[in-house]
Amino acid sequence: MTMAEGDLAVAELAFVRHSTIAPRPAPATMTGARGWLRKNLLSSPFNIALTILISLLLAWAIPEIVKFLFIDAVWTGTDRDACLESVQHREIGACWPFVWERLPYFIYGSYPISERWRVDLFFVMLAVGIVWLLWLNAPRRDLGAIYFFLILPVTSFILLTGWSAIGLRPVDTVLWGGVLVTIVVAAVGIVCSLPLGILLALGRRSRMPTVRVLSVIFIEFVRGVPLVTVLFMASVMLPLFIPEQWSPDKLVRALVGIALFASAYMAEVVRAGLQAIPKGQYEGAMAVGLRYWQMMRLVVLPQALKVTIPNIVNTYIGLFKDTTLVFIVGIFDLLRTIEVSRIDPKWATPVTSTTGYAVAAIFYLVFCYGMSRYARATEARLTKGDRR
Amino acid sequence: MSTDLPASARPAPVIFYNDPRVRSIAYQVALCAVVAFLVYGAASNAIENLARARIASGFGFWDQIAGFDISQTLIEYSSRGSTYGRAFWVGLLNTLLVAGIGIVFATILGFAIGISRLSSNWLLAKVAGCYVELIRNLPLLLQLLFWYNAVLKTLPDIRDSISIGWGIFLNNRGLFLPTPIFKHGFGGAEIALFVGIAGGVAYRIWARRQQERTGRQAPVLWVTLALVIGLPLATFIVSGAPLSFEFPQAGRFNITGGSEVLPEFVALLFGLSVYTAAFIAEVVRAGILAVSRGQTEAAFSLGLRPGPTLRLIVVPQAMRVIIPPLTSQYLNLTKNSSLAVAIGYPDLVQVFTGTVLNQTGQAVEVVAITMLVYLVISLVTSLLMNVYNSRMALRER
Repeated sequence: MTMAEGDLAVAELAFVRHSTIAPRPAPATMTGARGWLRKNLLSSPFNIALTILISLLLAWAIPEIVKFLFIDAVWTGTDRDACLESVQHREIGACWPFVWERLPYFIYGSYPISERWRVDLFFVMLAVGIVWLLWLNAPRRDLGAIYFFLILPVTSFILLTGWSAIGLRPVDTVLWGGVLVTIVVAAVGIVCSLPLGILLALGRRSRMPTVRVLSVIFIEFVRGVPLVTVLFMASVMLPLFIPEQWSPDKLVRALVGIALFASAYMAEVVRAGLQAIPKGQYEGAMAVGLRYWQMMRLVVLPQALKVTIPNIVNTYIGLFKDTTLVFIVGIFDLLRTIEVSRIDPKWATPVTSTTGYAVAAIFYLVFCYGMSRYARATEARLTKGDRR
Repeated sequence: MSTDLPASARPAPVIFYNDPRVRSIAYQVALCAVVAFLVYGAASNAIENLARARIASGFGFWDQIAGFDISQTLIEYSSRGSTYGRAFWVGLLNTLLVAGIGIVFATILGFAIGISRLSSNWLLAKVAGCYVELIRNLPLLLQLLFWYNAVLKTLPDIRDSISIGWGIFLNNRGLFLPTPIFKHGFGGAEIALFVGIAGGVAYRIWARRQQERTGRQAPVLWVTLALVIGLPLATFIVSGAPLSFEFPQAGRFNITGGSEVLPEFVALLFGLSVYTAAFIAEVVRAGILAVSRGQTEAAFSLGLRPGPTLRLIVVPQAMRVIIPPLTSQYLNLTKNSSLAVAIGYPDLVQVFTGTVLNQTGQAVEVVAITMLVYLVISLVTSLLMNVYNSRMALRER
């Protein structure tokens, strides 16, 4: 028997497949909706229990919220009777007529009604400035920066406080309130804190001992105390330190407090960015003969600020939330106008507080969430080049 | 040697105002002069303004009788007999109380949510993500006002108190809890507890040494539990259960007996914990994500189950990344407790910078003391955390 015959005999006995089998679909339990459920919700007994527990929780909470905000809500009415369970004889949810009636107060505070167009104009100008700066394809963004950091502050100051010479009736800041004050405080904080923060960060990394020590003391002091005490200091101690005739009004005092507070935090954010720049960049800039400020302006800061944009925006989010604290030193920001309105006897019902807070929550959520989305998008855009 | 060179090759002498050292000194002198001028101006204005307003200065007010009541006092305090100094300590202790308990709650909740965000359970991860986004994007003050005014203040009044069970009542005047009364002989259980803790620690050390020597694992958890919980419990039962509770009694107009927790305290504690937990959750998530996936995979390939992998491999490495930002969250919580002033919880700011400042008018001293206290708290906390951090840090060659 030769080898070839033997091979043939084996070949006849064995099964040899000459064509590939068509691939079979994965088991139904592993793919599609069923597979997804199995993998993501029901992978182990513990996960099954968790899923059931959370589903029950959501099934209880979401209908409750929807019921409060929409189904049981009161949509029309003229005073508290519309939102009182004892008068309406039904379950009462949110009291929206209260918000409709108080909306102008929430937005403008006690700003004179005939002058409110000025506030509207301010909002529009601010929106234009923000879009100009943040929209990446906007034309002439350098002009946009000048507009936002120079023209806008001056014109809005004149517009809002008034200037008799050009026929704008002066409006005392005591009358300002609501969203207007919240936006003004946040905008002043945002506009002042970045340049001040950059100066402080550079000071902290300076080679001159006095500059460094003073910057460190300022930054660590402000970061070590709560904003409430900084605001208290600004509102009760600042007037003592200034000649009586120059004593600033309440809003300006709070603005000073907020700006100083925010700049200390901004300084640390910028410092982190500065530290991320390799030493070679500094040395290179010096080697080409740039002076200190040229080096910072042309080489270091553009790179440092770029990597730290997400953190800067996060600081701004914190600042925006912290503007509510001016409430405590007696300034009528949005939260305080709501707080004052909710105890107004005309509208005081068990649901008024929750309705008012819901309005404030939506306002802050929209702004802060918008900012954090922007930060995340910027981060993604900036790291695009680093991705492999 | 330089004298041999022709004049053109010698570097031109630097004009003194271009010398970087001279410039640096000049800038610093100028800066000091500006700062000194500002301080001097502020001080002289303050002296003048204070004299005009006839406000006393100095710390003499510290020993004067305060004459106002405080709703929650951990140490003895009365409006008639206690001084402003005593009021300060009451406020400070209240701040530390709410901050201390808040840190514990926020840490537990924050770690739970941070780990949940990375859970393989899609629903859990999404709910945790929504929690973080919602809570982080709302001002803390708004949340505090909501818990206080919209939740706690709309609870039923005393007559219709909600009974939670075990003698706990909840109404718009606060939370009423049973007070434990320790009878004679309870000391035995206390001593047993200390013995148990000491024994537990000793056993852990022994178990670790044994594992290093022989590779055998001892049932540390069960033995420690038996020592720390079982031993005091056994002593307690053997000595005849010398403990009783004074239960709050719901009357028509008042609840008598038991201990009362102020609604302000509950709202502040709840608000601070919920708010800070959202930030801690992000810190924890970032820390866990910072441990490379290879570590988990290597642990799995060694045959470790998910639990020990998390406990022995991932968490110790994640902690190094987590601790520094966690410290600043603890400090934030402590500083944020000053928002108590908005809902009337008698913390340091409310008692001292609020009432005492209003009564004495000595703004400079009062605000300075308050700021100093927070500064000290901040510095001490970061010091302690730095010690811990250096112990946890990677040992590098």
